[in-house]
Amino acid sequence: MSDATAVNKSLLNYLLWLGDSNLVLGHRLSEWCGHGPILEEDIAITNIALDLIGASRLYLTYAGELEGKGHTEDDLAYLRDVMNYKNCILVEQLNGDFANTMMRQFLFTAFSYHLQTALLNSTNEQLRAIAEKSVKETTYHLRHCSDWLIRLGGGTEESHKRTQDAVDNLWMFTDDMFEVAEGDKLLVTEKIVPEMATIYKQWEATVKQVLDEATIKVPQRSYMMKGGRKGIHTEHLGFLLAEMQFMQRAYPGAKW
Amino acid sequence: METREQIFDYLQEVFDPEVPVLSVVDLGIIRKVEVDAEGTHITITPTYTGCPAMNVIEEDIRAKLTEKGINNFDIKTILSPAWTTDWISDEGKRKLKEYGIAPPERSSPDKSLLSNHIKTIKCPRCGSTDTEMRSFFGSTACKALYVCHACKEPFDYFKCL
Ligand SMILES: [Zn+2]
Repeated sequence: MSDATAVNKSLLNYLLWLGDSNLVLGHRLSEWCGHGPILEEDIAITNIALDLIGASRLYLTYAGELEGKGHTEDDLAYLRDVMNYKNCILVEQLNGDFANTMMRQFLFTAFSYHLQTALLNSTNEQLRAIAEKSVKETTYHLRHCSDWLIRLGGGTEESHKRTQDAVDNLWMFTDDMFEVAEGDKLLVTEKIVPEMATIYKQWEATVKQVLDEATIKVPQRSYMMKGGRKGIHTEHLGFLLAEMQFMQRAYPGAKW
Repeated sequence: METREQIFDYLQEVFDPEVPVLSVVDLGIIRKVEVDAEGTHITITPTYTGCPAMNVIEEDIRAKLTEKGINNFDIKTILSPAWTTDWISDEGKRKLKEYGIAPPERSSPDKSLLSNHIKTIKCPRCGSTDTEMRSFFGSTACKALYVCHACKEPFDYFKCL
């Protein structure tokens, strides 16, 4: 395999991972539409969902171009089965209560924020352009969920407990965000993507800073579940895709 | 054949479907207009990645140019440089305020946003600075929700991006 082909293949894999993670989280958030705890929050969550789906479209469109088989963003979103989804398993976890949703959002957004910031220096022009576009939105998301965790953690006994439970329950899915695929090494050498260890350190610092302020304890390391990028998912993703893909599966090629 | 300036004039008649006082030119999403022997080439950039109005805006531009008798054109979307509220024209900012939306106060969000720095926003109705942010996310992706304590009215703020 020539170098260019190997780079393309690795990049395709990387883009699907990013595209799928944003898409699945965006879909999860959209489940809050009409169910938000207050009107403003209902609107905020759906705004963030739209941004995530927008970012996902950019990644998947580029993935389709690299793949060169004529697949559009929609083909990639609606016609791949669960084993071919590469999203990190954190984002497919159920919404649970509001504290759980905000904690999941925060753990992913802190990661996404640092990754996009690093991608601003990518040698790949398209990846850089996507990062430049979405990091501004991600900054607002990070601010928003951090604010909530601080309010919930420092709120009542009940809200504090739920917030602590949320991080305790979700912690086992966090390592999976930092899993590297075999081809990533090549992308790092080409300075297309950053070293994942660096992003992990930055993420860890942000998580500690916000959770400290929220008076929430950062969980101890214990069993970590991994495999999202390899297509190994928890049972929740299948149900999510069944709903999200229903129209295109039942009525192939249906358009608005 | 139309000149570049004429094309810009036509585009002044295409309005943002969500903020209908702003033309696509005021909004700063028209990045380039070129007219050459092959036709008219227009380059636009999205405001927000997930902005549902972008498809509508592109369709509206097509419809407007067709209405003006221009058939030979193409519209290209670029992501970089990323759109910023700094590109909203002064005229656009004035129109926003008149419409009751507080215009963006400073440029792109940066680290200061993460460290509790929220700028005071003037109420577009009464001009008071006794206002409070209720939510970073308003009725559309581009707006935040504020309330004015002086006139007791809620208002939209076109947040910086
Ligand atoms: Zn007022």
